[in-house]
Amino acid sequence: MPRLQLSLDELRERALFVRRDIVTLLARAQSGHSGGPLSTTDFGTALFFHEMDVNPERLDDPSRDLWHFSIGHVTPVIYALMAERGYFPLADLLGFRQFQGHLQGHPSKHDTPGIEVSSGSLGQGLSVSCGMAYGSRFDKNPRRVYCVMGDGEQQEGQIWEAAMFAAHYKLDNLCAVIDYNRKQIDGDVQDVLGIAPLADKWRAFGWHVIEADGHDLKRILAAFDEARATKGKPSVILAHTVMGKGISYMEDDYKWHGVPPSVEQAEKALAELGTSLAEWTRRLETHTTRAVMPSANGAAS
Amino acid sequence: MSQPTPVLAEAPVKSLAKPEMKRTREGFGHGLLDLGEKKPNVFVLVGDLSGSTNVSFFAEKYPERFLQVGIAEQNMMCVAAGLAAVGKIPFLATYGAFASCRSADQMRVTVAYTDLPVKIGGAHGGISVGPDGATHQAMEEIAIVRSIPNMKLIVPCDYWETRKATVAMADDPHPNYIRFGREPVPVVTDASTPFTMGKANVMREGSDIALIACGVMVYEALVAAEALSARGIQARVINMHTLKPLDYDAIEAAARECGAIVTAEEHQMHGGLGGAVAEVVVRTHPVPMEFVAVHDRFGRSGKQDELMAAFGIKSPDVIAAAERALRRKKG
Repeated sequence: MPRLQLSLDELRERALFVRRDIVTLLARAQSGHSGGPLSTTDFGTALFFHEMDVNPERLDDPSRDLWHFSIGHVTPVIYALMAERGYFPLADLLGFRQFQGHLQGHPSKHDTPGIEVSSGSLGQGLSVSCGMAYGSRFDKNPRRVYCVMGDGEQQEGQIWEAAMFAAHYKLDNLCAVIDYNRKQIDGDVQDVLGIAPLADKWRAFGWHVIEADGHDLKRILAAFDEARATKGKPSVILAHTVMGKGISYMEDDYKWHGVPPSVEQAEKALAELGTSLAEWTRRLETHTTRAVMPSANGAAS
Repeated sequence: MSQPTPVLAEAPVKSLAKPEMKRTREGFGHGLLDLGEKKPNVFVLVGDLSGSTNVSFFAEKYPERFLQVGIAEQNMMCVAAGLAAVGKIPFLATYGAFASCRSADQMRVTVAYTDLPVKIGGAHGGISVGPDGATHQAMEEIAIVRSIPNMKLIVPCDYWETRKATVAMADDPHPNYIRFGREPVPVVTDASTPFTMGKANVMREGSDIALIACGVMVYEALVAAEALSARGIQARVINMHTLKPLDYDAIEAAARECGAIVTAEEHQMHGGLGGAVAEVVVRTHPVPMEFVAVHDRFGRSGKQDELMAAFGIKSPDVIAAAERALRRKKG
């Protein structure tokens, strides 16, 4: 399977759809996280629609790149990206966090086809990605492994165990991305437990560090290229982002870390994103079969 | 320091009075060597304890599939999960105290919830660890591991069973935990004794009382049974090597046919083998039960034998427990 490598305009449009999906599925579930998924959306879209070689048609395709979200709580963006990329129908997003659906609050391999390893307890994902990268290199598989972490998550000690491991074993097929939105559930990261200087820390641990505006798609693509070209050490992209990006009343406010918008708030958010809850819900409802990059409107009946 | 791998054919001399003594960790090490040859996708990870866990045997012969992770058990558990996710069968080794407690969350969420075939080797299980003392004497593993869905748990009784269990784990597509010890312990099985995960072995027939044991306590139960036999009490000795899945049939049959049960384990009483057996007994055929186990205490430094005696888990303790159970059976 080749990489999709959408143009910047196409990526911007798909990121907009993903944001609309996130707000709509959260409004339906009335449960889940808003802030992190919206800060992750742009570089997440770059990963799924440009950088990574994935194959939703054949989940065990041995040539596929591997991706793992160590921040399991950002399932709204994970599932939106997966549905937009063709892993499962858009309509399934409306079952987010529901007993009957297959979309658990945190990623579950045995519920959601395409999730490689379940996650949800912070700090574990980089280690998992290290194992994937080590095993893939052992097999001489040229695939790359991508791990998405949070900035608050950097407070977990296990992250630094994994950081040492990846550098020690020179896992240059591993690319970590940190959603550096400076917020966590209890407040500003610098107030809760400071992680600065984060770039220096990763450099000191032997990683190639790339800093980028996590909402600037051109810059993000260049960062992925730089990581790909870096040999002999793993790369980490510090994606500087804004929590709640794209929704005026959510932006840069830690209170939106772990709560969904009410229906009224979702209407306001979707108006800012150029649609309405009724219109976007209809789009999701009618796409009942898998499709790579489903249309902006309801599916043709 | 490569040691020769024993051939799976020569049976040791079985004698309860003067048993052959062998380390179970060596069984783990040799089991991994057996696997190294048979299965090219077996990997071994260690957290800076190659010698203590005897994975050094594998490391010497298969260095390309040996992964030193350093003193970082949480990372090790998840690196193993990542390897399993790309088709490897990773065995990891550290002390059981760390494998079951320090990386419990990693075992629960990443390994067990994903149901990956990660094989966890918990060395230095039980009070028999000896001089290292309480911090290194793992006595909570059964309670912790057994409560996690998808996990399987084996507590083999001797060298041969540890070796066979290690090999058997590689064929199971789910996560497994194996607990073994530090010091040499009596060899009570031989190369040809059958081992099937989840199927208990009856080591001695009898129908007056059943002694259900795991790990080194199987030997203590056999010694107790011998002594009871001299008094005309015929005890059935069951080696419950697999704690999960538990052999329900063997337990129910023991309750029905023997009418009294003593469990024996080198583990905390709370959440151990005794409780697991009782869960089956009370639902099928309730009979008097007694528990030989460590009673809610941390261990301490000392020699293996003196510790086991002091903590009430030697054969005389099994005999005393059997007497109590038999009195209640008659009453």
